[in-house]
Amino acid sequence: MLKTIIILLPFVLIAVFWAMAARERRLANDPSRKSFFERNGAVISTYLLVAVGFWAIMMIVLPQLYMVDYSFHPKLPPSERGGPKDVYTLANYKFFLFGPQIGNEVTWNTTHIRAFFLTIGASMFVTFVNFCLCYPLAFYLAQVATAQRLRLLMMALIVPFWVNEILRAFALRIMLGTSGLINNALIALGVIGEPIDFLGLDIGLYVGLSYAYLLMMIFPLYNAIESLDKNQIEAARDLGAPWWHIHLFVVMPFAKPGIASGCTMVFMLSAGALAAPLFLGGPNSLWFTPIVYDRFFQAFNWPQGAAYAFILLLACIFFVLAVMKVFKVGLGEITR
Amino acid sequence: MNSRGIMKAMIAVYLGIFFTYLFGPLLVMGVTAFNTPTYPQAFPFQTFTTHWFADLLGDRDMMEGLWNSIIIGLGVICLAVPVGLAAAIVMTQVYWRARSLYYLVVVSPVLTPGVILGISTVIFWKDFTEATGTKQIEILGMDFGLYSGIFLSIIGQSTFICAYCMLVFLSRLQRFDRAQEEAALDLGASFPQVFWHILLPFLRPAIFSSAILAFLSSFENYNTTTFAILANKTLVTVLAGRVRQGTTPALSALAVIIVGISLIGAIAYEVLRRREDRIAAQRAKVAREAERDGMAAVPQAA
Amino acid sequence: MSADVELDSVTIRFGDFVAVKSATLKISNGEFFSFLGPSGCGKTTILRTVSGFLDPSEGTVRIGGQDMRGIGPNKRPTALIFQNLALFPLMTVADNITYGLRVRGVPHAERVKRADELLSLIALPDQGKKMVNELSGGQKQRVAIARALAVEPQVLLLDEPLSALDLKLRQHMRNELRAIQKRVGITFIYITHDQGEALTMSDRIAVMNAGVIEQVGDGKTIYDQPATAFVASFVGENNPFAGRVFAVDDGFAVVDTGKGRLRGRNRRGLKVGDEAILFVRPESFKLTAGGEDSTVAAPVLNVAFEGNMSHIFLKGPTKKEITLTIGRDAAGHIPAQGETARVGFDPQAATVLPAGKLASD
Repeated sequence: MLKTIIILLPFVLIAVFWAMAARERRLANDPSRKSFFERNGAVISTYLLVAVGFWAIMMIVLPQLYMVDYSFHPKLPPSERGGPKDVYTLANYKFFLFGPQIGNEVTWNTTHIRAFFLTIGASMFVTFVNFCLCYPLAFYLAQVATAQRLRLLMMALIVPFWVNEILRAFALRIMLGTSGLINNALIALGVIGEPIDFLGLDIGLYVGLSYAYLLMMIFPLYNAIESLDKNQIEAARDLGAPWWHIHLFVVMPFAKPGIASGCTMVFMLSAGALAAPLFLGGPNSLWFTPIVYDRFFQAFNWPQGAAYAFILLLACIFFVLAVMKVFKVGLGEITR
Repeated sequence: MNSRGIMKAMIAVYLGIFFTYLFGPLLVMGVTAFNTPTYPQAFPFQTFTTHWFADLLGDRDMMEGLWNSIIIGLGVICLAVPVGLAAAIVMTQVYWRARSLYYLVVVSPVLTPGVILGISTVIFWKDFTEATGTKQIEILGMDFGLYSGIFLSIIGQSTFICAYCMLVFLSRLQRFDRAQEEAALDLGASFPQVFWHILLPFLRPAIFSSAILAFLSSFENYNTTTFAILANKTLVTVLAGRVRQGTTPALSALAVIIVGISLIGAIAYEVLRRREDRIAAQRAKVAREAERDGMAAVPQAA
Repeated sequence: MSADVELDSVTIRFGDFVAVKSATLKISNGEFFSFLGPSGCGKTTILRTVSGFLDPSEGTVRIGGQDMRGIGPNKRPTALIFQNLALFPLMTVADNITYGLRVRGVPHAERVKRADELLSLIALPDQGKKMVNELSGGQKQRVAIARALAVEPQVLLLDEPLSALDLKLRQHMRNELRAIQKRVGITFIYITHDQGEALTMSDRIAVMNAGVIEQVGDGKTIYDQPATAFVASFVGENNPFAGRVFAVDDGFAVVDTGKGRLRGRNRRGLKVGDEAILFVRPESFKLTAGGEDSTVAAPVLNVAFEGNMSHIFLKGPTKKEITLTIGRDAAGHIPAQGETARVGFDPQAATVLPAGKLASD
């Protein structure tokens, strides 16, 4: 029953808006306002509607709604789906909180819960580190660099990111491994006696994550800072403001949309990261997304995987909304 | 001024560290691709060799993965570019009250973690193909069923790649002079003719750049593909598998190849860009000369 | 083939705003007809309605006797020259010109022939292979015209085509356009805010203000016999003397103005007591005083010598100055600044019109 509602919902919404638009057009009595089909001709209109409709409905909205619905069903073999055992249940979510129920004890699923909060916290930390790393460069590119140098540096920034993220993680693993370059260099310099297990300490993971999404932070920052009128900075300096003051109170407030955009993207990519934790994480590393992966391919419990995915999605949505609130930016400003 | 000098020095140091951080791992990896030891090592450098590159070609899984990646990439181009274009056009025409909701919906895939896109795609299409009986379609002994790794990867990746393409088209569309469409209509063109003769040629650069963007984004995608590809494989998933198992310099060799191709691509792009600039400057020069001679050479009409 | 264009009580509304109020006129086959008026008067709206981009809220548009309601711009026998020309930047000049033929399925060889014909018509032979942005402003103009003529429309519509050109080119293009129209022989509907253009090029002019057609007539009629205060003040320079009609006789009226009782032609049948304005053109004044009801006395504010004529500015009854234009060989002595001048005019050349909004308001 709910399934049918879910499936019909997008179509109903579209019909409602279409009717509203038609009504408004009729009432406006304005000969220059044309209906959609009048503006584009029959063939083109059909193409537009089918293309956008397929994408928005069949690829974006319905799969998401369906996944959420799926997460509220128990895991059943195909033959029993839709049958009497197929009821709505919170079992999958309960599993996240309480783990497998053994006997009558109520235990918390500490592993998963810890992984979740660790992931969120670490992602925020990574976002922050990423921002600190990228801000100076973005500022330099936007305001200080000459056009020639700008093109060169842009090229230099983009090239590493054409290398696949997995290979990049791989490269870091080589460098940070116990017999890797960094350790060998440190031993050779006499700084340490024994190789440091960067990977086991999750340092490799954090380095990898900050590294991976630098570009996603730099470009929005660059775009935002670039549109700042240089004169404002000059004026502030003229009035005697120290450089840190200028950055905090002149540049950053102006670049708010860019900062929000960069932070959102980096957070979302970090929290949802699969490659870096899998390849750079130590044996004890707990990252949420690989756990989601496991629900599917180890435990073969798809509804549970869907539930976990939904929890991750909620976290991301929550973060995006929080950023939008804190920075007071709209959704349109966050996307590239 | 001393503080200026210090500033400059600090900037130089910062840039130095930043780009070392950025390029360091890649350089190291590049070196290991040519080094003999089986465990990737840059230091000490033993003997120069290229046999890791040959190993790559012999790796059957990788070649199959490569083939699939290319097919999926082409499929994504065919899907994402037309849809992105349609979405951009609709964005300029959508009912104003619905605009924010429309924007929210079409931009949401960009803000959604890739794994969730992959998961939701698989779950939805599995049940959908079962319900509509399109799970397996036999044509000439080959299975064209919709529940396939290739198809689902195309769908899953396109979900967010369409958004990228749409943004590219939107920014190009903003510079379009609508009067041209009216002029074409006035001269007797039908709507499809206006679309085909006037709009598309204008959008050609955007079509190219979004196609390239689509292909590259698809090729290197992991998070979504790893769920959507089902039992099949792409180059990236094979790579992931290999990296999990262990490390060999053959993977470094792959990275070198990829960087090499990207560099060639970047240089080609720069060359093309310079050529375009030169042509535009030439045209502007001719126009200026025409203005100057304009009054002198106004002949009697025939 | 050409056609006449009829507007029958055409009203065009945008929501609550009325852009054109009940316009009715008939443009004859083969005429060069202009719509003249300030920006926002509705002339562009009428043009877009005739070309098919808008449907009138009320009334009918007929071309060649056929009602055009519901017929889109691509199906009407009209061609529009846009204000910014809207040439196709990605096509060559020849392709631009023959685009209308291309969408009608005319085969390539014939299109090439047509392109050459039209290129020589607009005096740009051998420029066919150039790209549009390699041309000068005047050349682009001509390409736009050729493009429109290629589809052999029955009516050619021109939306202020010369406004972007510099003065010298504009003068030249006026003659060109007129020559082309005479040669091709189709109906031209031309809109402009420049009265010089309208007067020199058109067979007839419709003067518009705020959505209303104030007067339709040929240039001479509109200039010498304006029908409303707006037309009198918009077309050419004119000096208004506002007041009340004091006496009426035999086609003339005497108006009690701030500068005394003045006499002028009463073509609008005004009666004693009506609010009226008497108009005298600057060139109608003479340096010698006229009769008692055709003389104005006022202090001289300024005298500007401009070679073959002089402009004399007198203090008027309102804020506006009284302007005189005196030819070099005119009789009488040119007064100096500060003097009180007594200037006269022939009542035959003065017009009395009902009070109304002036062009400068």
